[in-house]
Amino acid sequence: MSSLLHRSYPLFHIRKFQQGSTVRVLKILALLPLAAALSGCDFVVLAPAGDVAVQQRDLVVVSTVLMLLIVLPVMALTALFAWRYRESNTSARYEPEWDHSTQLELVIWSAPLLIIVCLGALTWMATHLLDPYRALGRIDADHPIEAQDKPLNVEVVALDWKWLFIYPEYNVATVNELAAPVDRPIRFRITASSVMNSFYIPALAGQIYAMPGMETKLHAVTNKPGVNKGFSANYSGAGFSGMHFAFHSLSAADFDKWIAGAKASGDMLGRNDYLVLERPSANEPVRRYGSVDRDLFKAIVNMCVEPGKMCTSEMMAIDAKGGLGREGLNNTLPLTYDKYARRGAVFGPEPTYVAGICSVDELKGQSEPESTVPFDTTPLRGAGLKRPPFSPANPSSTSLLLGSRPKSDS
Amino acid sequence: MFDTSLLAKAIFGRLTLDSLPLHEPIVVGTFIVVALGGITLLGAVTYFRLWGYLWREWFTTVDHKRIGIMYMILGIVMLLRGFADAIMMRLQQAIAFGGSEGYLNAHHYDQIFTAHGVIMIFFVAMPLVTGLMNYVVPLQIGARDVSFPFLNNFSFWMTVGGAVLVMISLFVGEFARTGWLAYPPLSNIGYSPDVGVDYYIWGLQVAGVGTTLSGINLICTIVKLRAPGMTMMRMPVFTWTSLCTNVLIVASFPVLTAVLALLSLDRYIGTNFFTNDFGGSPMMYVNLIWIWGHPEVYILVLPAFGIFSEVTSTFSGKRLFGYTSMVYATVVITILSYLVWLHHFFTMGSGASVNSFFGITTMIISIPTGAKMFNWLFTMYRGRIRFELPMMWTVAFMFTFVIGGMTGVLLAVPPADFVLHNSLFLIAHFHNVIIGGVVFGAFAGITYWFPKAFGFRLDPFWGKLSFWFWVVGFYFAFMPLYVLGLMGVTRRLRVFDDPSLQIWFIIAGIGAFLIFLGILSMLVQIAVSILKREALKDVTGDPWNARTLEWATSSPPPAYNFAFTPVVHDNDAWWDMKRRGYRRPLTGFKPIHMPSNTGTGVILAALATAMGFGLIWYIWWLAAVSFIGLLTVAIGHTFNYHRDYHIPADEVVRVEDARTHLLAAGAKS
Repeated sequence: MSSLLHRSYPLFHIRKFQQGSTVRVLKILALLPLAAALSGCDFVVLAPAGDVAVQQRDLVVVSTVLMLLIVLPVMALTALFAWRYRESNTSARYEPEWDHSTQLELVIWSAPLLIIVCLGALTWMATHLLDPYRALGRIDADHPIEAQDKPLNVEVVALDWKWLFIYPEYNVATVNELAAPVDRPIRFRITASSVMNSFYIPALAGQIYAMPGMETKLHAVTNKPGVNKGFSANYSGAGFSGMHFAFHSLSAADFDKWIAGAKASGDMLGRNDYLVLERPSANEPVRRYGSVDRDLFKAIVNMCVEPGKMCTSEMMAIDAKGGLGREGLNNTLPLTYDKYARRGAVFGPEPTYVAGICSVDELKGQSEPESTVPFDTTPLRGAGLKRPPFSPANPSSTSLLLGSRPKSDS
Repeated sequence: MFDTSLLAKAIFGRLTLDSLPLHEPIVVGTFIVVALGGITLLGAVTYFRLWGYLWREWFTTVDHKRIGIMYMILGIVMLLRGFADAIMMRLQQAIAFGGSEGYLNAHHYDQIFTAHGVIMIFFVAMPLVTGLMNYVVPLQIGARDVSFPFLNNFSFWMTVGGAVLVMISLFVGEFARTGWLAYPPLSNIGYSPDVGVDYYIWGLQVAGVGTTLSGINLICTIVKLRAPGMTMMRMPVFTWTSLCTNVLIVASFPVLTAVLALLSLDRYIGTNFFTNDFGGSPMMYVNLIWIWGHPEVYILVLPAFGIFSEVTSTFSGKRLFGYTSMVYATVVITILSYLVWLHHFFTMGSGASVNSFFGITTMIISIPTGAKMFNWLFTMYRGRIRFELPMMWTVAFMFTFVIGGMTGVLLAVPPADFVLHNSLFLIAHFHNVIIGGVVFGAFAGITYWFPKAFGFRLDPFWGKLSFWFWVVGFYFAFMPLYVLGLMGVTRRLRVFDDPSLQIWFIIAGIGAFLIFLGILSMLVQIAVSILKREALKDVTGDPWNARTLEWATSSPPPAYNFAFTPVVHDNDAWWDMKRRGYRRPLTGFKPIHMPSNTGTGVILAALATAMGFGLIWYIWWLAAVSFIGLLTVAIGHTFNYHRDYHIPADEVVRVEDARTHLLAAGAKS
């Protein structure tokens, strides 16, 4: 059995696994009955357009075939034994006391074990190879990545209940419409505005969660022009069913045209426009923005789109330096982000957030995705901004943690 | 000036007339039907003067057999509710195409799929499994009762209390709209300010107390109360799987309690465990809830494995093949079930090494599970298989479960999971293992042990009808979901725009309807069996020619289970006794020491439920009063010295003589 497995699944040759003709034959064999019975349906998971999804599909098929090696015999034996040893068949052997056989025990433990050893090796390899955070190694089975294949960056934000896509290199943004040129690697940076969603385009690549205050990554490439569906695969509230978008795989020329079309839109997506856009709404039409605030995505991830609000990256940088001591309490009072209701808990504090913060980043208007650790903490105490009324300059009005909490003035 | 609204708020919290879902015609209709049914039932109980009987003999009972039966009734009643939710979802998804919104709005539909999951797991599968363990385990190990009979009664009523809260949410207020695990931030106060999530939290907290305590109880029972001679490696396999299940319960339910407590702190006093802001991490909730959630799957399925082991060996007329390997497989599954939780969220962005680790541990579980499957197979091998209903369920399980197991291992491959996670493929997978494993197992168990509990068998005709409707219905209902998952259709969608999908949803709907007929046949089966009980009667106490100790006593067993504690020499104890020509002792009976009934469990659970209701609606006085009441009654009960009594020897003699006559009459005819 193990030699057969070795021939069919060249586990230790990644390239061969990707291109192996044996795998392809197995795949076709496994798909034939399905294809025959169900032609006309769009089995996008089994026939995707992007190379990552193709590899994931192959893995689905290979694992299934591997498991069928043991599942089919079990089913056959169940049917056989149930029939052969039925009560009315008195010619079958009956051994009521026979309850142990070391050889059989060895087989029934080692057969599943062997399958799992193979599948486990396959899993380890494929999981690392197809890690969504890992930059692509190839465009498709026959084309490794070349130096000139510059990835397309797309910043994805799951909003209630629509998708925002920002193209930082082109300075355009769209809502509920995504486009990418074929055979060019795409690098998605993904976050969400309020609750968990999952960013999923079955034809392109597997899904990854979109989570507020956090950034996930996905690398993918599309190989066939066409229009495919993308959606949220994690329930996120009332408007969830309408939270889908069209994903256009375009030729390079068509993609440029598409970008030009988006640029032609006079709409601009600034921070305030974003704050309007992120309010809950369902079944939103496609929208395009000709220009975007270049720091918007970074601000969304760090939950500081509202002007003057402290970004979590800055907060973490302060904490990493050991915090600001007692004066800093003012700046790290509750930063309420979960905002639709803008409500505290039943017994909890009224929601508040830091009234003013001005960081080095923001002053320079930098668009570096990584936050720089602010060595100079002076600006963090609110230099140049209207001081909050509970300023440390007047410690008598300060209380520990939940003391006087003014409503925000923004 | 006196403000009446403030007074109303103090008395009723946030409960107002608007909280009643009078604008939802479906809910109002359901309420009318339930109310009429309830009034009829209560009226009948009053008319036949059954209240006293029910209170004395059932509600306050500490007899593990009666508590077990009450668990089963709870499970079956809640199955009807959970299934009503299922069929509403199937109908909505079958018609909401081509611009149609279906007949359910998002507010209602989102509650339905949440309630379906919560009810089916916590209030159907758990009571059915706990009920069977409660009924069977003490009998199987030759004990008089469980270790803590009062605790058992209390546990049961706490489970009922949780179910009552979930049922109240249907008519007063609303249930959660978050999915059955209530992931934050969606379940946090900012995004779910209504009572739904609070119903969820308190329903599960109240029921969770019951589950945890019943777990402790059964562990003690199995460890301490086994009959002489029954070493660990002579315990019946069902007792083994029950032991492992209860170890899992005791180790994992506190995690659920803790994580829900943290969520309540977030919701009630504004902490930030799982919020987006101020250092909260929703990912922590997802981890914690699955650290409970994955063992929960095994809590449900291990007892089912035990039932299949008993049934296969009994109906094949053969010792269980590979008993030792079966026990070790169970223990290995118990341990491994704690090492796999992350496979429920490979897509949350853990690194490849973490994902691989949890993927591979998950696959490793399939090795002992596969070994079990083979053990059942080789138990059938060279047996004489009687295809009575329990055996039919077992064979159906073996075919169905391997499919579910296979798709489960497939989902354990992280990159494969990336394309199938949260899709209908996943839905098909876990229904495949839960229906094919747990539900089929529970039905096999019910049919198998029903004659033990009531002294007559279940009618085989209606049983077979129900079997075929269920099995065929299952395949019709869930195979299309596998197909849809491969077409990239995700779960919890309310409306669809691709018309090519509709046919699959219609087929799934037909499947759900077949299952409905299956449930109906099962209810008819119970009714018919009661009517035909004389014809279906079993006087031997051992209608299936079975192998374990519970069949050594009468059906139904006397309150004290065994007049003399049996002595065990073999792991098929009763089979061994029969083979050695065991004779029932007819003389020498002594008084039997038994626990007394008490109403404290009902009262405590009622107070806990009232406290939950108060907390849900911010009726603080009610919460405070019931909490104080809870403490008072609990402390008061410790001064109750009427905890036990002796069944006089005369009474034992009378019961045993009656059985002797019955057996003699049975032998003559």
